[in-house]
Amino acid sequence: MSHDPAEMSEDDERPPPADRGRAEYADQVLENVLENVLVFLTCRRDRNSVSLVCKSWCRAEALTRSELFIGNCYAVSPARATERFERVRSVALKGKPRFADFSLLPPDWGAHFAPWASAMAGAYPGLEKVYLKRMSVTDEDLAVLARSFPRFKELALVCCEGFGTSGLAVVANHCRQLRVLDLIESEVTDDEVDWISFFPDGGTSLESLIFDCVECPINFDALERLVARSSSLKKLRLNRYISIGQLYRLMIRAPQLTHLGTGSFSPSEIVQQGDQEPDYASAFAACRSLVCLSGFREIIPDYLPAIYPVCANLTSLNFSYANINAAQLRSVISRCHKLQILWVLDSICDEGLQAVAATCKDLRELRVFPIDAMENNEGPVSDVGFLAIAEGCRKLQSILYFCQQMTNAAVVAMSNNCPDLMVFRLCIIPRYRADRITGEPMDEGFGAIVKNCKKLTRLAVSGLLTDRAFSYFGQYGKLVQTLSVAFNGDSDMGLKYVLEGCSSLQKLEIRDSPFGDSALLSGLHHYYNMRFLWMSSCRVTRRGCREIARQMPGLVVEVFSWNNNAQDRGEENDIVETLYMYRSLARRVDAPKYVEIL
Amino acid sequence: MEMERQNDLNLKATELRLGLPGSDEQPEKRNNKRASSEMDNSSDGEKGDQECAPPTKTQVVGWPPIRSYRKNVIHAKKTEADAAGMYVKVSMDGAPYLRKVDLKVYKSYPELLKALQNMFKCTIGVYSEREGYNGSEFAPTYEDKDGDWMLVGDVPWEMFSTSCKRLRIMKGSEAKGLGCL
Repeated sequence: MSHDPAEMSEDDERPPPADRGRAEYADQVLENVLENVLVFLTCRRDRNSVSLVCKSWCRAEALTRSELFIGNCYAVSPARATERFERVRSVALKGKPRFADFSLLPPDWGAHFAPWASAMAGAYPGLEKVYLKRMSVTDEDLAVLARSFPRFKELALVCCEGFGTSGLAVVANHCRQLRVLDLIESEVTDDEVDWISFFPDGGTSLESLIFDCVECPINFDALERLVARSSSLKKLRLNRYISIGQLYRLMIRAPQLTHLGTGSFSPSEIVQQGDQEPDYASAFAACRSLVCLSGFREIIPDYLPAIYPVCANLTSLNFSYANINAAQLRSVISRCHKLQILWVLDSICDEGLQAVAATCKDLRELRVFPIDAMENNEGPVSDVGFLAIAEGCRKLQSILYFCQQMTNAAVVAMSNNCPDLMVFRLCIIPRYRADRITGEPMDEGFGAIVKNCKKLTRLAVSGLLTDRAFSYFGQYGKLVQTLSVAFNGDSDMGLKYVLEGCSSLQKLEIRDSPFGDSALLSGLHHYYNMRFLWMSSCRVTRRGCREIARQMPGLVVEVFSWNNNAQDRGEENDIVETLYMYRSLARRVDAPKYVEIL
Repeated sequence: MEMERQNDLNLKATELRLGLPGSDEQPEKRNNKRASSEMDNSSDGEKGDQECAPPTKTQVVGWPPIRSYRKNVIHAKKTEADAAGMYVKVSMDGAPYLRKVDLKVYKSYPELLKALQNMFKCTIGVYSEREGYNGSEFAPTYEDKDGDWMLVGDVPWEMFSTSCKRLRIMKGSEAKGLGCL
């Protein structure tokens, strides 16, 4: 939910008492009309604008908002949200800051779903959809969901933790209208409950069942029966406990699938030469609507040809768990002319990227993950593959690229060739690494990206960057909403450039960079426009953070470190290990002991 | 995994070091060529505190930014893969130069032999325990850990791939000696 400003423009014009009755009637009619119109307004930014017009528009908008999006679960209390919006059918909640994914947030920090679950149980009996990202969700919370909402249809848990297979069983069993159960990159505890068997007998309404992140065995027979009685199933993503033989059996029961996660993509036992194996290729060929393929968790490359029949129609391919080489990738990718989204491991090498560049002219999103996360002098992908992509995939909108070496020239080339870039995330793994060829900082490359890519909204930087790079970001990055900085910059000036120049900045996450209080205080004019600021292992002191908290009461300023006790807060001049601050209409009541709220 | 927290408050950012390329143990070479002479580090007083002991390959928490879920999965694969083998040189009698193959990419003899045949455009034929590769134009052999030249195919794949130091594709006539034993 976007920030609800302290002052809303109010309609102060009250008619004199004699005319009040008629005026109020007119207001009411207007509100009814407005509601009927606003029902069609779906974009939440538009809705937020509408709500600012005047009180009656705010009321009408609140009554017609059916999809509630809360980008920071601590920005507002559940009570306040449910009071304002009465008729909500779909809720999206985001919790922990993104750096939690990289173990930078101590455990048990918060983002508990429980208070939201209980508030919604009372307020939204008609609730149908829940989407949670980086929230802490317990089995009990899932039980509340399952019990409280008879029309519940869609549950998506992305990067969540705290629940297990027993919670899933409750959802499967009680939510009789369930269409979507998507578990994506979440941690699911193995309670040894056979949750798949808990889906009710008889036909289901399931359209999407995604459980590739669930790290425990599945009752395959129950799954097979479930798929057989789910005629609407379009999306099925299996976990790595499903062998290729089992995949085959599921595919022949569900040729209508559009999205398939293939599980392990290897046989469960050693297959001898001459063994009779099913015709996997024919199973793929039968899935004429397949457009998205993922999985390949324990791939044996011999089986790759099985997917050839669907390559021509694929728009999305996720090989990011498949340790395949350039030749193996080429055998597949050379057939994927319509591909728009590709995730791979760097095992494919620069050569593999060249193959991608040669065929996938429609590519919109590319992610290249490293097999080896250590800092090395060389790696399998570099500026060479990057340049090939820049030259071949002109429609690129989003890139995430991990490598050991990069050049400014390659990055500049991408900035010139790919004008549609909106998301640019380059991770040069060795910290402080300079241009491979010139030895210069990577300032010019990243600078070119912000300057030339006029649609850029998200930027993550790495390598050796001086304050000059940041001056470019401030000067040219007017649309940048999200910026991630790590081991970069020289001085406070770097952060100042960004805070003063990036007028659209909403999310700023910084680690291990030499920015201190002076820089922190230069952003006061902008912090209420932002969702959050994260700074860890920088140079801000408790004094600086306290000053922010003092001047901006609408922010929650959290300060914490891993070894902090309540008694042992430290001196005012001490550098703070982590600062996490965000605009909010609520005070946190559930902060753990190591979090100090200034 | 040993993880050390990065405690040096970016002293690294101002330190000067030299390192030879290719030597992983050497600290990162910081380049002093700056794009602009305006770049002055004097704004922070800690410039004088240069780190003497290079931290080198300490594991930094949360870096690179890969979700732990993905790191665990890939790390598991990598350790499996690393244990299995590596790049070995392959020579073929009569060929002007050597090639290299990554043994860990293959999971079985047929895969490896197919790759070798493709690479060198030769026919190796079918292995049999009694006859070796008799009757083929070429026979694949390898040098094992002990320095002995062995016929490819005798031992289980895992044993082969961990002990193979290099490969040599011999002309069939020469290989007869090995096959007949």
